[in-house]
Amino acid sequence: MADILQLFVAGLATGAVYALAAIGFTLLWQTSQTINLAQGEFVMLPAFFVLSAMNLGLPFPVAIVVGIVASLLVLGFLFKQTIVDETIRHGVLPLVISTVALGLLLKEGVKDAAGPAAQPFPPLGGAGTVSIGDALLPVHSLIAIVVAVAAVAGLQAFLERTPLGRSIQATAQNPAVARVLGIPVERMIGYAFLINAALTALASILVTPVYLASFANGEWLGLCTFVAALAGGLNLRGAIVGGLALGFIDNLAAAYLSATWRGALPLVILIAVVLFRPQGLLGRSEESAA
Amino acid sequence: MNPATGRYAIAGVGALVLIAVPFGLSDYGLYVLSLWALTTIAAIGLNLTLGYAGQVSLGQGAFVGVGAYVAALLTTRGWPLPAAYVLAFAACFALGWGLGYPTLRVRRPYFPFITLAFGTFVFLVFRNEEWLTGGIYGINRVPRPSVLGLSAASPLGFCYFCLLNLAVIAAAVWWLRRSPWGRAFAALRANPLRAEAVGIDTRFYTLIAIALGAGLGGITGVLYAALLQYVDPTPFSLTMSVTLLLMVVVGGSGRLLGPFLGAGVAVLLPEGLRFAENYYLFGYALAVIVLMAFCPTGLIGLGERLLTMMAKPSAAPVKAPP
Repeated sequence: MADILQLFVAGLATGAVYALAAIGFTLLWQTSQTINLAQGEFVMLPAFFVLSAMNLGLPFPVAIVVGIVASLLVLGFLFKQTIVDETIRHGVLPLVISTVALGLLLKEGVKDAAGPAAQPFPPLGGAGTVSIGDALLPVHSLIAIVVAVAAVAGLQAFLERTPLGRSIQATAQNPAVARVLGIPVERMIGYAFLINAALTALASILVTPVYLASFANGEWLGLCTFVAALAGGLNLRGAIVGGLALGFIDNLAAAYLSATWRGALPLVILIAVVLFRPQGLLGRSEESAA
Repeated sequence: MNPATGRYAIAGVGALVLIAVPFGLSDYGLYVLSLWALTTIAAIGLNLTLGYAGQVSLGQGAFVGVGAYVAALLTTRGWPLPAAYVLAFAACFALGWGLGYPTLRVRRPYFPFITLAFGTFVFLVFRNEEWLTGGIYGINRVPRPSVLGLSAASPLGFCYFCLLNLAVIAAAVWWLRRSPWGRAFAALRANPLRAEAVGIDTRFYTLIAIALGAGLGGITGVLYAALLQYVDPTPFSLTMSVTLLLMVVVGGSGRLLGPFLGAGVAVLLPEGLRFAENYYLFGYALAVIVLMAFCPTGLIGLGERLLTMMAKPSAAPVKAPP
């Protein structure tokens, strides 16, 4: 029983992080057809912004704010203004390639700047544990769940309740019609990039204490993000369900099957999804076979 | 000089240079040239996948790895190289087909991700299945081949063997482009919807391009294992897949000479930039991002653009390549 509760919390904590990154990935795909293959590196990088701010002597909470602002600036604004806008006029394929190169650039850049060794990253709420019955639950995991749930709920409320949020949603669902209706589509796409940067920064701050801050984190985090987004069906609710499901399966497989083979999971899940439910868990089945 | 003669002339001069150059090279130079030749083969394969089928693959490095391990496992057990060659090609062809077949039934962009996951999986197999692959210690003493009674064991002999492979494969792809299949590929690339409308089975041709591309990755693996005479999991990581992908677009995806140029930039340039070793990949990635923003047709496209501008200084609008 204690095992199951511990696994449940661990699964929820990692799953929530995958969900945050997958929501951002989906939002970019829906609003601007951007397939961001550097999304894993987008989750890797903000932790290093925070660490650099702490190296300058700033306290951890201030450093977090600095890290999020830096992410909004670099991964949101700069990414959109320089890379995406300049490249997407040549089509989707050059942009996909460009994000592959960007992933390599961020990975190598962090390796050159911060060194190849993994560095510890302070967990939100400290390293303590809470015991419920026999189960020992890390405080950090519980806080990660609360923060992620609050972020997702806040985003949902923003997208559904506010006029600006609805304009972004309209842009995501059908840019052409949104434009006809007088929505400034370009600006909405810009907001989507900022939201993505905020989500990846949050994911980075929540996941890095577990993984340690390393330039190589993006590879695995990216793969999990893509699997969560695709398995969910490339829509926002699907990304949440896909992320959480992947978090659970990942932790269960590591505990009960084999920790060395958990890396095979993304391939197994992707193939299963493509074969049996290509539209994803929460997707509509409008686009089978061409 | 009409363009066709020009092309034959370039091919002829290139072949002569490649025949002459190895004589003047040190062992290390021969190693680099061999590496360029076999890297070009994998890039030619990926060019079929990306340039013709229009599919982004993040798994070409994994196919190279499969080929290398197939060759290492078989030749160290006394199998002849041609058998390893055929089996590595067949295995990668089948894997490429197997990944592509379910993926292409759906219009969503699954292919980059399924090849990415495949690469992670293959790496795990290399590292974890010690009884077969030797785990992190890899497989030692991979023999070099002898061809038609001539030993290719010396660096010079092996370099020629790699160049011969490259020549045969480049000729085969050149022929493929001019065959009805090649025309179907071209139609597919120009306008998939119209290709389908005129009765080309686009899915079949896309799959063939993907599978052939993977198979050529396997052949690169066979040569790679014989070049290093040793395989271990480290080189077949995501970085290899990514650098191969970037090579194809740097040269010019969908262009016959693109892979030659792209592999040249990726293999030979780092040798000249030894002093900047640590920053090389960073700079390379940055260059690709800039190239994609301003000239996604790669260096060949850039060269053509410059030529047109020099021919007509008044610079008419740049014509898109076919």
